[in-house]
Amino acid sequence: MVQTRSLIDEHGRRTDGRTMDELRNVKIQVGIVKNADGSAYIEFGKNRIIAAVYGPREVHPKHMAQPDRCVLRCRYHMSPFSTDTRKNPAPSRREVEISKVMREALEPALMLEDYPRAAIDVFVEVLQADGGSRCAGITAASVALADAGINMRDIVPACAAGKVDGKIVLDINDVEDKEGSADMPLAYMPHLERVTLLQLDGILNQEEFNECLDKALQGCKMIYEIQRRALIQKYFGDEQELKEES
Amino acid sequence: MQEIKRKYVVPGDRIVDGNFRPLSNVTKSGNSIFATRIGIAEATRDGIKVIPLSGVYIPRVNDVVIGKIIDHSSLSWQVDIRSCFSAHLPAQDVFGRDFSPARDDMNKQLAIGDLVTARIMAFDRTRDPMLTIQDKDLGKIPRGEFLKISATRVPRLIGKRGSMIQTIEQATQTRILIGQNGIVVVAGRSAEGTQLAIRAIRMVEEEAHTSNLTQRIKTLLNVPEPESTETISEQASPEGQKLEGSSSSIPEAEEQVQEEELEKGDKE
Repeated sequence: MVQTRSLIDEHGRRTDGRTMDELRNVKIQVGIVKNADGSAYIEFGKNRIIAAVYGPREVHPKHMAQPDRCVLRCRYHMSPFSTDTRKNPAPSRREVEISKVMREALEPALMLEDYPRAAIDVFVEVLQADGGSRCAGITAASVALADAGINMRDIVPACAAGKVDGKIVLDINDVEDKEGSADMPLAYMPHLERVTLLQLDGILNQEEFNECLDKALQGCKMIYEIQRRALIQKYFGDEQELKEES
Repeated sequence: MQEIKRKYVVPGDRIVDGNFRPLSNVTKSGNSIFATRIGIAEATRDGIKVIPLSGVYIPRVNDVVIGKIIDHSSLSWQVDIRSCFSAHLPAQDVFGRDFSPARDDMNKQLAIGDLVTARIMAFDRTRDPMLTIQDKDLGKIPRGEFLKISATRVPRLIGKRGSMIQTIEQATQTRILIGQNGIVVVAGRSAEGTQLAIRAIRMVEEEAHTSNLTQRIKTLLNVPEPESTETISEQASPEGQKLEGSSSSIPEAEEQVQEEELEKGDKE
């Protein structure tokens, strides 16, 4: 018989000591890839991810160019050393999927019509993977896009919520993702109040879904504050508000 | 109307509510104006805008840019202006109306690899930028050290009415050409002067958003301290003119304004 361990202890603490609606530690640094037009590095729990943005730049191959708007191209990639067993560096089915959903999560936030006949390339490289790397990737990529000075309607934070041991918890980590019963990544534009990514792996009833959605939205709002602080720190230093001369 | 303060913004931030005209790098949604870039938001008499602090160069009509000839067809040169669009310089612009591809050798005027200062004559969403070199101070650049800075730092490098660039030019005995696309060419009489000017330009680029930058540049260049820091740029201008014609980067009126705004932001 398979012994399933408990993912939430009697005090309501999870495997990594977090409470039900606590995020992992999130740290974002802006502008770490000097060659790129914009970049960000994120530590999301044990995730370590670099996002780099190039563009708007010329489209190659030329036939991909759109006459009325910019082309957004995303590449999500996991390094061979990012997991405990070596990952084949060739793009897997999963990476192709995440590249696609990432593009679709970022596209609504960008004003692509401002850059016709051009392309924006977003590279997301996972150096160390923990659960929730697509959310961390989107979070880092949107900061990198803002750093690249691309016109954006909003910044996109992303965060997952899910069901573990019958309870709805925020920010699923690797163990909870594998052994828990549902995982729901969500990307959200906090100013526009629009969801740009919602996936669900597992089964939730209506009530659980609503709770999960609320938790994930709360998580996104918390992450947005971290993104904002990271950008302000890079561009304005410690001074958070512009001091006016009286 | 409510009082609007200058403030730091990131994309998506609400700048102000009410009936204001959106200018650059902002978007109007409902009754509010939101920022679309990282920068300093401010209200002018015309409307609301954000002075961006990052981003690649996007061409605008009437910008003076420095470009590199990368190719030519029988009727025009193709010029790399460090943007997502490559620019065209029509051969007729250089040879005149009676240009004939059979008779005139385009390589004689501008060869591949040459640098030119040019003005953007026409550009819109549907067409690549078209350049002209038929104006004062435009045309082929004969010599100099080439360097690239971020296009968002160009107004800061030029300074209030060209004060920053004049300070550097005088102290280092160089002539500095600046394109709106962030390409800078430094031509000097001595290698030391040129190197010093490059160091100063790099410093302006890296510390563009910090306060009291002009003072630190002067310290780097060993410019003697006048009684009042404000007067040096004013005194400097006539002398600057004598020096090999001085800077031919003609700062547009708008850039000056933008620079003044940036500088104001720095001091506050």
